[in-house]
Order: sequence, then structure tokens, then C-alpha cells
Amino acid sequence: MHREAKLGLILLLTPFLLWLSLLIVIPHIDLLLVSLRERVGVGQYEISLGNYLTFFTEPLYIVTFLRTAVMSIFATILTLLIGFPVAYYIAKMAKGRTQSALFLLCLVPFWVSELVRTFGWMILLRETGIISNLLQSVGLAQGPVEMLYNDAAIMVGLVYTSMLFMVVPLITTLESLSDEVVEAGYDLGGSGFSVLREIIIPHAMPGIVSGSIVVFMLCLGNYLTPTMLGGKESLWFTELIYSQFIVRFNWELGAAFGFLLLILSSVIVWGMLRLTGQSLEKTMG
Amino acid sequence: MTPDLQCTNLTKKFGETTAVDNVSFSVPAGSFFSILGPSGCGKTTIMRMIAGFLEPSSGDIQIKGNSVLNVPPNKRHVNMVFQHLALFPMMNIADNIGYGLRRAGMHKKDIGFKVDEALERIGLPGIGHRRVDELSGGQKQRVAIARCMVLEPDVLLLDEPLGALDLKLREHMKVELKTLQAAFDTTFVYITHDQSEALVMSDNIAVMNAGRFEQVGSAQDLYYRPDTAFVAGFVGDSNRWSGKVVKQDGENTLVQTTSGLTLRGATQGRSLSQGDTIDAFVRPEAIRIAHNAEDLASFDNQISGTVTSILFNGAASRVMVRDTEGHEEVAVNLPQSGEFANLTKGAPVHIGWASDQANCFSAGAS
Repeated sequence: MHREAKLGLILLLTPFLLWLSLLIVIPHIDLLLVSLRERVGVGQYEISLGNYLTFFTEPLYIVTFLRTAVMSIFATILTLLIGFPVAYYIAKMAKGRTQSALFLLCLVPFWVSELVRTFGWMILLRETGIISNLLQSVGLAQGPVEMLYNDAAIMVGLVYTSMLFMVVPLITTLESLSDEVVEAGYDLGGSGFSVLREIIIPHAMPGIVSGSIVVFMLCLGNYLTPTMLGGKESLWFTELIYSQFIVRFNWELGAAFGFLLLILSSVIVWGMLRLTGQSLEKTMG
Repeated sequence: MTPDLQCTNLTKKFGETTAVDNVSFSVPAGSFFSILGPSGCGKTTIMRMIAGFLEPSSGDIQIKGNSVLNVPPNKRHVNMVFQHLALFPMMNIADNIGYGLRRAGMHKKDIGFKVDEALERIGLPGIGHRRVDELSGGQKQRVAIARCMVLEPDVLLLDEPLGALDLKLREHMKVELKTLQAAFDTTFVYITHDQSEALVMSDNIAVMNAGRFEQVGSAQDLYYRPDTAFVAGFVGDSNRWSGKVVKQDGENTLVQTTSGLTLRGATQGRSLSQGDTIDAFVRPEAIRIAHNAEDLASFDNQISGTVTSILFNGAASRVMVRDTEGHEEVAVNLPQSGEFANLTKGAPVHIGWASDQANCFSAGAS
């Protein structure tokens, strides 16, 4: 390789490598080291697996951990079920201006911060909120109805927050499906359901998988929505990490939790890819 | 015998525009029927109505004598080979061909048997496990046809399936399609804007323009006996001149073109009278070219002129001849016997044609 070309390559790669090493690799190594030490005295530390052991001996931690995982998976499935018809309509049925208008409508909520969006849901769902008042005025409820601070509220918030990240990859893959192929499916005797199952879904699989991975990660690592819509007892794993770092000032345990979350998400994503027979290269490329 | 496909007064309107205007035709069993027309003439609309993807505004479509107006596409015994073939990329070849059979609920073992038989028939045995993108254009074509044919449809619709192929392969597939049609003994309805595809393959051709059928007939009918000016201009190449009837005497017409050339033509039974504005069509191959005027004595149209350009294209080579008065440029096919091989630009030549080769149409008619 020529000297100039080599220099160019190095210069081009530098920002990326800096970003990767300074913001991702080094903090994670540090986090790993922190998670592997135990305080034995004031300012005295020794290497141990004690933090990880604490996690496995305390049922609350494990329950929260599993609950977070299951709820995230459920939120992902729900987002997919709601997002797929929306994406199909935008990609295949809407034409011209309607198409871009609908796409824009999906995008608009993301122009305000997540905090504001979540407050919006609180205004709707709280005891003195719009829905509660409406139910009372219609006569369907006698007193104020509290719809916040339960799992359903968390789920609503998670699905709402993640919708765009599911719809965008789905629209992209569905748009590349030619109308002819769908018509051929019908023409050769397929019913609506079989065309969906044998032609549309297999074609959209890369979009479904990449959308699901992104949504799942977002749900798993979400802190704001479970805290605000789920209240004190929402038991989301990120809240545990937060409280170890900020409230208890137990960075060692917090770091261990952080690492466990990383491992959990990696394992679930890997499992999902295996289950659907997709590879990361196929989905991202 | 009931025709396999019969369309009666078929009309399709999209809002204000009429895409298909009162079209009627019938296709006898086992024949190859083509609809030929320029893009946007409504031929695809007819096809989609027959397949069931569009609802006609009025009129009726009958397949084997039964109206299919309220039958959804997946219940019609009509299959379609799409313009871009629309093979399912997510399945292998065998699954592609077996798709319709699976949908029909056929037993798995029978499907395998039928798929193998179909692959044998299209001359591609043993490619069932291959992926769609591993096949060449011509192979995909045959697979797309086989995918429809395993279902034994009453009518097979083909929507310009050769459009995406390169020239050599297209020539080859023309012959092959005709052979496949004979082998499967199924009624084919083929739409195309390419006249040579239609002329080579079809038993009957409908020439379509602006939502209407201009003429339905055999390839020879359309070529030698066009009913309308549109057909005369669209099918094959022609010298086309606009002019006025100077004298009308029975079948024979004396015409003066707008540029001043006088020629004799024929009406072929159409009524024209003196003073009518007309279009006259003369095919380049109907014009004889000669070095001496005496060789053309038998023709009632004779023009002397010079060669303005030579368009060499192998067997289909042409010369452009401008008459001495400089009125018109006439395209003339070059005989391949070699006597004009040395013709050069500017050379004086004589051309002539029989008046019944000059088809005259009233200009108002179309």
C-alpha cells in the first residue's frame, strides 16, 4: 500500500477508533474491574466474585432481573404485532403523499424528549387525568380511576417509546418486496394468511429481527419509562443499578449488575437470532 | 365448443379516464392469443381484470363458459406469468413450483413428483434445490411458466415476460415459448408492445390502441391487410405520408402528399372520395429498387431519385431515397442478392411499387 493511502486510512479510522476505545472499550474494562473487587476496609480492596455472588443469593435481584427480561420480550412482541400492520400499510398500501405523511406522523412524537412524552402518558393515565375524568363523566366509573403505577402502564409506555424503531426497519424491508411477488402469491392460489406466512413474513424477516433487537435493547435498558409510569414498585433492573450507584454508593455491586445486564441482553439476542435462523450479518447488511 | 376465455363488452374506468373501452374477444381452447399495443393502451388492465386483480367497470369475463366476475384471483383457474416473473426469492426452485400445489392442498409426495415432472418438461431437471438468484434469465423464465403450468390452468396469462431479457435470449425464448405452449397444450394470452414477439408466436393478435381493439386477426392479416391507419403504422415498418385524394376511381386512388409527391394507392374496400385527407402507408419491402427505369415498367408508381443514406443492418438493410424534385424521403429495403452491394450515397436510383401496396386510410378515422 502507498504511504499516502496508509496515512489516509489511519486518519479516517482515528475518530472511530477513539470513539470505540475511549467511550466503549475502556469504560467497560473499568466497569469489569470495579465489579470484580470487594471492599474489605477503608480504601482497601481485593479481587473477588463476591458482587456476583450477592446477586445470585438475593431473590429480589434475580426476580427483578427475570421480570425485566420477560417484560422486555413481551414489549418487543407487542411492538412487533402493532408495528407490522402499520409498517405494511405505510410501505405497501399508502401511495405518494399519504405515504410520506403517515411516515412523518410516526416520526413526530420523537421530536420531543422522552421525558416529555412520558409525562404526556402520565397526564392521560393518572387519577385526575383525562381518561379517568372521561370515564367518570360518561358514567362508566364511580370514582377516580388510577391507571398509572402498574405493569400495563409500563407496557404502554415501552411500546409507545419503541414503536418507531420497529416501524422504520419494517418499512424499509417491506418496501423492497415487489407487489408482483405478493400478487403472484394470490394468483397461484394463496389465501391472505398463507401469502402473509409464506411470502411477506419471510421477506420481512431481516427487518423483523433487526427491529426486534433494537426494541428489545431499548426496553431492557430503559430507565425513565418504568420509573415514571411504574412508580416505586416497578422493579426494573436498571433501577437497581441506579440505586446501587447513586443511592447506596456501592459501585462494585452496581458494576456487577451492569455486566449481568450486558450478558443477559447478549444471550437473549443471540438466542433470538438462532431461533429465527438469522445471522447478524444478514440482518444488518 | 366454448372458448377458453371470452370477454364481452369489457370496460374499465379509472375515475374520468377510460383505460379499456368496450372490448370484446374470445380465445379458442389451445390457441396462442396476443394483445399488442403501445404502452399505456390498456393491455395490462385487461390482463389484470382477467387475472382478477381489477374489477371491470362493466362487461363480463367468462372462463370455459363460466363468468368469473365475482371470483377472487386465488380461486380463478387462470395463472399469470408476471413481467418481472415474480419468483419467490425466499424459496428454492422446487418450492416455487410447488407453491400452488401446496396451496391446493396436494399431498407432499405428489407435489414432489409433479415438480420433478414439470422441471423435466421445461428441460431443467434436477435444479429443484437451487436458489432463484442462481438461475439465468432464461431459466427463470421457464421456471415461472412451470410454476403456473403445474396447476393446469385453463388460461395462462403472460405479461410481457420477455421484456427484461437481452436480445439474443429474447429471440430464443420466442421460439421456446411457442414450443412450451404446444407441449402443455394450454391457452396462452400474451401481452406485449413488441410486435415481433406477437407476430412470431401468436395464432391470433389483437392490436390495441387507446383502450380499444383496432383489429383482431392473424399475423398475416395485420401485416398485409391492416384495417386501420393505426395498425398499418404500428405493425411492421412503413413509409407514411399524409395527403389529399386528388382522384378517386373505384379501388384506385390518386394522392398528392402534403409535400407535393403524387402517388397511386388503394383503398382496400374503404370508401374515400375526392378531397379527403388521408394517410398512405407503403412498406419498405414492397418497394422495388432498380438501376434502370425500364426494370420497373410493371409498377404504376415510379420515382427517380438519389440515395441520401444507407442504413446497413445485415439482412434488414435499408436505403433512404429522395426523389429528384426533393419532395419526400422514402425508405426502401435493400435486396440481398448483391446487385446493390456497391450502392453509395448520392447514387441515382429508380424505385417503384404497385398501387395496391400503398394503403390509404382516411385521416379522420384514427
